[in-house]
Amino acid sequence: MNNKVKINIDGKEIQAEAGSSLLQAALDNDIYIPHLCYLDGMKEPHAGCRLCFVEVKGLPGPVTSCTTKVEDNMVVRTHSPDVDRLVKHAYELIISTHPIVCKTCPANRSCALQDMAKELRLPLKPGKLNKILPDYPIDDSHPLFILDPNLCVLCGKCVFVCNEVEGARALEFLFRGISMRIGTAAGLPLAESTCTGCLKCVDVCPVGALSRKANQVQAG
Amino acid sequence: MSNKVLEELKIKGDEACGCFRRETASYIKVGAATCGRSAGALEVLDAFREAARENSVKVTISEVGCMGHCYAEPMVEVRKPGWPPILYGYFTPGKAKALIKRFFLDDDPGLEWAMGAMERNDLIPSVLDTPRFGKEYRAVLKRCGRIDPENMYQYIANGGYEGLAKSLEMGPDEVISVIDKSGLRGLGGAGFPTGKKWKICKMQKADAHYVVCNADEGDPGAFMDRTLLESDPHSILEGLMIAGFAIGAKKGLFYVRNEYPLAVERIEKAIENARNNKILGDGVLGSDFSFEVEVIQGAGAFVCGEETALIASLEGNRGMPRPRPPFPAQAGVFGKPTVVNNVKTLANVSYIMRGGAERFASVGTGSSKGTALFALAGKIRNPGLVEIPMGTSLREIVMEIGGGVPPVVKASELAGSVPKRVEKKFKGVQIGGPSGGCLNEDLLDTPVDFDSLQSSGAMMGSGGMVILDEDNCAVATAKFFLQFTQKESCGKCTFCRIGTKHMLDILEKFAKGQGSEQDLENLESLARDVSMGSLCNLGKTAPNPILSTLRYCKDEYRAHFEEKRCPSMECQDLIAYYIDPKLCQKTCDACVGSCPTEAIFTRPDGIKAIEQEKCVKCDSCIQACPPQYDAIYKVSPIDDLPEEAKNAAPVQDGKT
Repeated sequence: MNNKVKINIDGKEIQAEAGSSLLQAALDNDIYIPHLCYLDGMKEPHAGCRLCFVEVKGLPGPVTSCTTKVEDNMVVRTHSPDVDRLVKHAYELIISTHPIVCKTCPANRSCALQDMAKELRLPLKPGKLNKILPDYPIDDSHPLFILDPNLCVLCGKCVFVCNEVEGARALEFLFRGISMRIGTAAGLPLAESTCTGCLKCVDVCPVGALSRKANQVQAG
Repeated sequence: MSNKVLEELKIKGDEACGCFRRETASYIKVGAATCGRSAGALEVLDAFREAARENSVKVTISEVGCMGHCYAEPMVEVRKPGWPPILYGYFTPGKAKALIKRFFLDDDPGLEWAMGAMERNDLIPSVLDTPRFGKEYRAVLKRCGRIDPENMYQYIANGGYEGLAKSLEMGPDEVISVIDKSGLRGLGGAGFPTGKKWKICKMQKADAHYVVCNADEGDPGAFMDRTLLESDPHSILEGLMIAGFAIGAKKGLFYVRNEYPLAVERIEKAIENARNNKILGDGVLGSDFSFEVEVIQGAGAFVCGEETALIASLEGNRGMPRPRPPFPAQAGVFGKPTVVNNVKTLANVSYIMRGGAERFASVGTGSSKGTALFALAGKIRNPGLVEIPMGTSLREIVMEIGGGVPPVVKASELAGSVPKRVEKKFKGVQIGGPSGGCLNEDLLDTPVDFDSLQSSGAMMGSGGMVILDEDNCAVATAKFFLQFTQKESCGKCTFCRIGTKHMLDILEKFAKGQGSEQDLENLESLARDVSMGSLCNLGKTAPNPILSTLRYCKDEYRAHFEEKRCPSMECQDLIAYYIDPKLCQKTCDACVGSCPTEAIFTRPDGIKAIEQEKCVKCDSCIQACPPQYDAIYKVSPIDDLPEEAKNAAPVQDGKT
């Protein structure tokens, strides 16, 4: 098998597909690295959530594992003081803009942030940071699903599947800076947009920003 | 061997420049780039033309680009046989009409309006003997303000397209090795060796290569690229073509922000002229190299100056950076190997190919060759564009070339009033815009080159240099730049999108006198992690204004939240205006009229006082108070106001 490389993550020898990302290789081998925006199949990683930092022997400072390709004999550590601090800070920054309304959230118990909190052993609190909560209107115009931009973590997976996989070009990033949000390009309600109702976006959403309407039974 | 096509064009060029060169010829050049125009250059130009016609004076009147001296716009250069060329600043249509008569009819050059002669001579002192001119080293700015930017022949007569002709003769590999040898580094900010970038790009196997000129200049206070594009567009076009030839590209793209309409117009005109004269298109200068150029206007997002975001924007996508590697030189526009070079870098490319790597490398320092272009702005006597050899100290640039921090001169229209000068102390210089850092007086001897600036906590950046004086608050300055980066953050990555917002919130707290030592700690840890964890260089460098001001002015930060005091009296929530009753002149009411909110009233004893609640801290009253009284000043903290001033209110209808 000449298209496999051998890498070492936290002392564990694993085999990885040559050319695959370090993050994918770790996930394939049940090694947890926190992440929100990575989606297998993207032509290039989004690299926006800044959660998947690791240290690679020979490289100065932490690198994001989604953008690092595996190389033979790579030695990787998923924890170091720098990595842990950066990951915690990125996590807290995301939590600082995320309403903690788990009880009423459609993604309760299937939420990437809840899972991450558990894995990282961190509370769903922004540490020393203040909360900066968005207050955007919810779009429930579509018969099949609801978009609640307030719950969105801006991982961009929905934008990717909508544009690159389904080709519907309905969902887009809007605005800049802290005001950035997900929506339709012309600000139209989803029902009037080019949305095909494929629900791929709902399936990839790691949180409760995109959810099926109550009367819709989840496929599969 | 010389290039036939170019030789023919040169003949036309010599004709076009004859009016400037012949000993017997008179000319008037008016600097009319955007900066000159906003100061009234076009009106001056019209006035010259009209006066010359009315007085039947034979003189060539020409519009040229920017001469680089913002403080003296509009600027005019006049030559008449028997006199050296003379430079005039602060020109007006009235002076233009008068000068035509005085100089051309009466042989009086109006020297009281002149800045000096453009060359050393026995008649008139020369501007070359002043530091502003003498210390400059004009390599890429050489033709700016000297030729008509829309006249390609004038460019050719001044050595234009010789670099391209030489490159075509040499072949791509040798061109790259010349650029490599010159030591040219990217002048967009990062300082990556240009020759190396080209080599990497050329090495990539692909069916197409691209070269892009990054003219998305967005730093507050920076205007080098705009000036070059407006004043000498062909030199950039030539640089782009040389780069294209070297890396094997057939297509070049200008990415210009649409806030630069004149730059777009001139570069488009340059492209058209070049195309019509066999310089651009099929068979460049008679060779078998073909090259096409397209101008694309950016929609004004700052982040699109970052090369991967620029490429995303070029492709028609939202301008968001991509992770690197792959670098654009490996996979750029539409996935093809792409060289992205800044305007200044490309201007240097044509300069190097024209005069050789040695001439270029003879100037500068060991690791930073050639010259640096800076846009001086802020609290400085001679703002404008300067080109200096790399390695020149900040002190020389700020204090000598820039003339140092100007005093605040307070004048009043009141009869008998004598203007009062208040000297202001230099505080620091913000280099490299929102990505750069603030350096204080102790660091003024830092040489300006890539590595020295980096190690002092600033960066070369694209070349903005904003000078701050004692009235500029460190917190307010950092806040200004963070407001900018937060607003301009593309929003893609967590640290930049949310981290800069938290940093800005903390700075806003400080500016209001709130916050604590804990906030200062949070600010520092956010700054460190945002710079470490962000995806692109916009995010990575966004905390620099905070980190550098914290490094040099931490006490100033503390004064804000510990004492509720802004030492520079800039943060509005921490200052109050006070009229000193001992100094106030009862018979004068200049301040009362100047106040836009009617916060100033006259006490029964004739003395003026401020109703603090109504005051919006606009500074109008201080400006209005005649200098001989100078009775109004600011206090910080607000608690320092004398008791009677805190609750001052007018007596109404006999009731208090």
